[in-house]
Formats: sequence, structure tokens, C-alpha cells
Amino acid sequence: MKSTNAQKKNYIRVWIALLALLLLTWGLAEVNLGPFNNVAALGISVAKMSLVVLFFMHGRYEKPLTWVFIIAGLVWFLIMVDLTLSDYLTRGDVPGARQTWRHAEKNPPTLQPSTNLETFH
Amino acid sequence: MADAHAALQEQFEEMPQQKEAATLGMWAFLATEVLFFGAMFMSYIAYRNAYPHAFAEASHHTIVLFGTVNTAILLTSSLTMALAVHAARENNIKWLFRFLAITIFLALAFLAVKGLEYREDLREHLWPGPHFKPELPPQAQIFWVLYWIMTGVHALHVTVGVGLLSTMAWLTSRRKFSADYYTPIEMSGLYWHFVDIIWIFLYPLLYLIQRYSS
Repeated sequence: MKSTNAQKKNYIRVWIALLALLLLTWGLAEVNLGPFNNVAALGISVAKMSLVVLFFMHGRYEKPLTWVFIIAGLVWFLIMVDLTLSDYLTRGDVPGARQTWRHAEKNPPTLQPSTNLETFH
Repeated sequence: MADAHAALQEQFEEMPQQKEAATLGMWAFLATEVLFFGAMFMSYIAYRNAYPHAFAEASHHTIVLFGTVNTAILLTSSLTMALAVHAARENNIKWLFRFLAITIFLALAFLAVKGLEYREDLREHLWPGPHFKPELPPQAQIFWVLYWIMTGVHALHVTVGVGLLSTMAWLTSRRKFSADYYTPIEMSGLYWHFVDIIWIFLYPLLYLIQRYSS
């Protein structure tokens, strides 16, 4: 590990980078970038997370075994997202299938009980 | 072993092994936390995908200034937490205690800002249910359900963090830690940074949807 003062300066540099990314993500949200608004918001969040994990949580000093544990939560979360979306995003792709989840907003289910559950399936 | 550290538990051979076990255990716990919040993020993704316009409209009623200030507060508290661990490694117990105290103060400041924001949200009738703000489309309530649950559970984690860090500060004042042994400080730090990371993702998802069109 680095000498102690260099280490302290490093933490402060990471903190400044995090605040700069916060301002960037706030600023970009005010500009219409089409679909890239979402890409920018998530990309910046992932960058901030990486800084926190690598520097504040000392990830860059950890052994490969620890990295298996660090990555595990994220990998299983992405598996959940992938499997769930492979259902929701493809519901309209089957010929003759009923109204898709994706188009629910154009034809929203009313808030009365039970009778309109059909629209969700 | 005559030279064994007093904090070494009998099931471990030596201090580095004990610390490695603690680190792996903490990251395993954090993985379960990722999936705990992950289910809520998954609901958010599915419903925002179904009702993109209602979500954008609902998001315009969040108070972005409070959210941004709170993000800055949490990021700063992560810095002071990292500096607390650093002070412990340097055997600087006085600054270890001070940095823990500053981190706790910032955590309480976060909760105070969140409380003020909640009061404004309630005043604006943004609590889902029969009295929900009538100008918003009904699907906007789904956004606000997720807002209250996700920020609520996150605030609960912040509160747990205040308790955890207060315990650490108390143990520090009782001279339980030194450069030879500060694993509990480091593990509490991992938890605290995790709480920060959750907020890093909540912030754009709740406050910043299509701000340009509001």
C-alpha cells in the first residue's frame, strides 16, 4: 500500500470525482439526449459505484477470492433482471398473443378489482 | 501461542486469517443485501418499462434539490468513513473517533433532510391511495409506492448504520481498537459504503427521469 499521506490525498481525490459525477448526472438530466439519458444516468451511477468499491471499500487491494464474493451479488442481480425482462419484453412477440405488457400504458387497466386483471396477462 | 492478539478467536490460527474470514463474510452479507434491494429495483424496471410516461410525470414531483443535497451528504460521509478506517490503520485513535463522529453526524443530517422532504411529499398528496394527487395519472401511484418503499428501506439502513457506527465510536472511546486490530471498524465501513452505493442508484432513478421535459 502507498504511504499514508498519499493514501489520504487519494481518498479526497476520489471524493471530488464523486461530487463532480453527481453534478454531471444532475446536469445531463436537464438535457434531452433521447435514450441516452438513461444510458448516461446508469453509466455515471456504475462509475460512482466502481470508485466507491475500488477505493473506499479497498477493492483494489483484495484477493481474487474476495472478488468472487464482491461480484456475486451483482451477477445474481443481473441474472434476475435478464430472466425477468426476457419474459416481459418478449410478451408481444408471439403471434396471436394477447395485449402485451409493453403496451399497457396506451390502454391502461382501470383500478377496479378483478375484472380487468386480464389486461396484465 | 504466547504472542496471540487478545481479539483472536480460538477457531482461527492467526489474525490475518480471522480478518479474511470477516471480510468474506461481510461481502457475502452485502451480496444478500444487493438482492434484497435488487427485487425492488427489478419491480422498478418492469413498471417503468410498462408506464414510461406516468413514471416521468410522477418523477417531476420529487424535490430534486433535497435528493441532490442528500447524495452529496452521503458521498461525503463515505469519505469520512474511509478516513476513519485510515486513522485506525495509522493508530490515530483520536481521529478515528472524530471521523466516526462526523460520519454519524452526516448520517443524521441525511435523515433530517429526508424527513423534511417526506413532509413536503405528504403535503403534496404524493402518498398513494384514495387521496393521491388527482392531477397525476393513476399509474403514477406505482412510482410513488416504489419511492416510499425504496427510500424508506434505505433510510432504515441509514438508521441501522447510525447504531452500528455509534457502537464503534463507543468501543473506540473504550480503547478497543488499535493499528493491530480494527477489523470491526473496517467491516462497518463496508456496510456504510454499501448504503451509499444504493443511494447512488436511487438518486437518478427517482429524481432525474426526463427532467428536461418538466
